[in-house]
Amino acid sequence: MPLRLADMPPTRSSEFSAGIRAQLPLLLGVTPFGLAYGAYAVESGLSPGFSQAMSVVVFGGASQFVGARQMASEVPGIIIVLTALLVNSRHMLYSASLAPYVDGLQARWRWLLAYLLTDEAYAPAIVRYQQPDVSVNKHWFLLGSAVALWVDWQVTTAIGVFAGAAVPASWALDFALPLTFIAIVVPSIKDRPGLAAAIVAGTVAAFGFRWPYGLNVLVPALLGLAVAMAIAVRMPRAVSAADATEAA
Amino acid sequence: MNLWLVMVGMGVVTYGIRLSFFVFVHHSSLPALARDALRYVTPAVLTAIIVPAVLYVDGAGEFDPWVTNARVPAALLAVAVAALTKNVWATIAVGMCALWLLEWLN
Repeated sequence: MPLRLADMPPTRSSEFSAGIRAQLPLLLGVTPFGLAYGAYAVESGLSPGFSQAMSVVVFGGASQFVGARQMASEVPGIIIVLTALLVNSRHMLYSASLAPYVDGLQARWRWLLAYLLTDEAYAPAIVRYQQPDVSVNKHWFLLGSAVALWVDWQVTTAIGVFAGAAVPASWALDFALPLTFIAIVVPSIKDRPGLAAAIVAGTVAAFGFRWPYGLNVLVPALLGLAVAMAIAVRMPRAVSAADATEAA
Repeated sequence: MNLWLVMVGMGVVTYGIRLSFFVFVHHSSLPALARDALRYVTPAVLTAIIVPAVLYVDGAGEFDPWVTNARVPAALLAVAVAALTKNVWATIAVGMCALWLLEWLN
């Protein structure tokens, strides 16, 4: 994550490019995923144009895989839509988590950033937002991070659609995604509730991996948050980062 | 049903979820406890994504939480590097190299 000198207020373009740079490690893992989606969608019998359009309209990796599979198996449309709703419901946590930071932005910014809000855009952006400097351009960091991901997802979808999945599985590049998340999660754990959230969510996720409809992430995450709060309410109340932001 | 309509439906509900607290509902209407919990979204959600990607062989195969699964020691090493350096590229480099080395040795 970029560190900044306090005497150099970051400009829009420096925030934007810092956001792109922060997204690059994630793209190592996203790229084979995008290629695989594109290849899988056309193999499932969806047309190239339709497969690409889904990457633009839905823009959510796991839900696109599930959607393509359900369409190929002629699952009723309403079920496909409800499945996408469940699979992507964890994004509500990202929306709520970033909401205090985008509060002051014009509506068109909030509509744009919401369209681009994914796991990979959220992870570096929340780190940036929580840094203590008072840059007024941090939303440009989120935009840079999110746009880099969006472009990569569209391009890799197209390559996957037309050329098939091009990265050999033996390279295990998909492992770069959990590794990047490790690099973001480990320093984010600053107190006991945070540690508890990670341990509980990780343990439940280990056993719930095969749960359908995105419950394999949502349920562990909500249980982790619940346990974190159960511990936090028992701790002496300190001034939290969230309180400090609200007071500012 | 027309597949295009279904896909647009998927897009609308997904966008709606992402818009929820950016546009539709103000975060101040959440109970204080829920707002406090949002501080822990990163460790909770991302760890739920990380752990299965490590404990299942090749990220999707059989459940193997032991050292026979090269991703386990590689990820533990990455956690140590992340804790010590707080550097994303160093974490990826060490984790990927450890994985490749262990798979090559197998």
